[in-house]
Amino acid sequence: MRAAVIVFPGSNRERDIGRALKTASGVEPAYVWHTETELPRGTDLVVLPGGFSYGDYLRTGAIAARSPVMDAVRAHAARGGYALGVCNGFQIACEAGLLPGVLARNAGLKFICRFHHLRVERAGTAFTSEYQRHQAIKVCSAHGEGNYIADSDTLAALEGEGRVAFRYCDETGAVGGAANINGSMDDIAGIYSENLRVLGMMPHPENLIDPLVGGTDGLALFSSIAGAKAAA
Amino acid sequence: MKARVTVTLKNGVLDPQGKAIEGALKSLGIEGVASVRQGKVFDIELAGGDRAAAETALNAACEKLLANTVIENYRVEIA
Repeated sequence: MRAAVIVFPGSNRERDIGRALKTASGVEPAYVWHTETELPRGTDLVVLPGGFSYGDYLRTGAIAARSPVMDAVRAHAARGGYALGVCNGFQIACEAGLLPGVLARNAGLKFICRFHHLRVERAGTAFTSEYQRHQAIKVCSAHGEGNYIADSDTLAALEGEGRVAFRYCDETGAVGGAANINGSMDDIAGIYSENLRVLGMMPHPENLIDPLVGGTDGLALFSSIAGAKAAA
Repeated sequence: MKARVTVTLKNGVLDPQGKAIEGALKSLGIEGVASVRQGKVFDIELAGGDRAAAETALNAACEKLLANTVIENYRVEIA
């Protein structure tokens, strides 16, 4: 699998994503600076990593979403290419129109930085083939703006078309109440594009790939997408 | 020519920052505050004197960057 990790001024999780991709697929990704106008030839997967692109100025992800490289990323997605946005990358994907909705300030106003759980809403996508439906996986969040908001038509479409990828849950997989860490509508932690090939999610699966630092529940996401491409 | 663009949250969109400010104002003993909504103001200096062209450009600026129209409204005023 050929992956390209886009690097913006203020990105800071690109090496962690790279390590997760290398661990899962054996292949080091390309790192692509935001001023590039083309992706490396043969790119299968584009990753928008976490961080604080442009210092979160204006709105999180807003300025990065208008970077030169994003036209190439949109063209890649329009061709049916795979893309993954994590944390600030999810915010950028929404601002760039790759995914619907907005990530607003956490309902509790605090920056959230801790382990928590997600329920896998849909197994068998390119990103979740190695998970079970409704499996609770341990992940980590580190964000101040993760409160997912969309209008009622968009929410109905996401729910009706099975495009909610992950919901916040407790360690038993129960959704709702205090398990929703940031106030997101419908407990949404991650969503897919219509063709299920673009995934945006607030928590960091790349934090959970090594038993030394909390667990390995995130690794299956990267091995799923590596396997999806190998099979295609 | 000078312009001011005001970006505000749409009605019904939760504004936790506004709520926190509202709470702080009340705790300072400032009377009569019913609610607070936080927004953004952009003061923009425009080259050239064509008012209609400026309005078109500023509306494009709002749609493309200054506002996220999923959750925000904008207002353009040219001085």
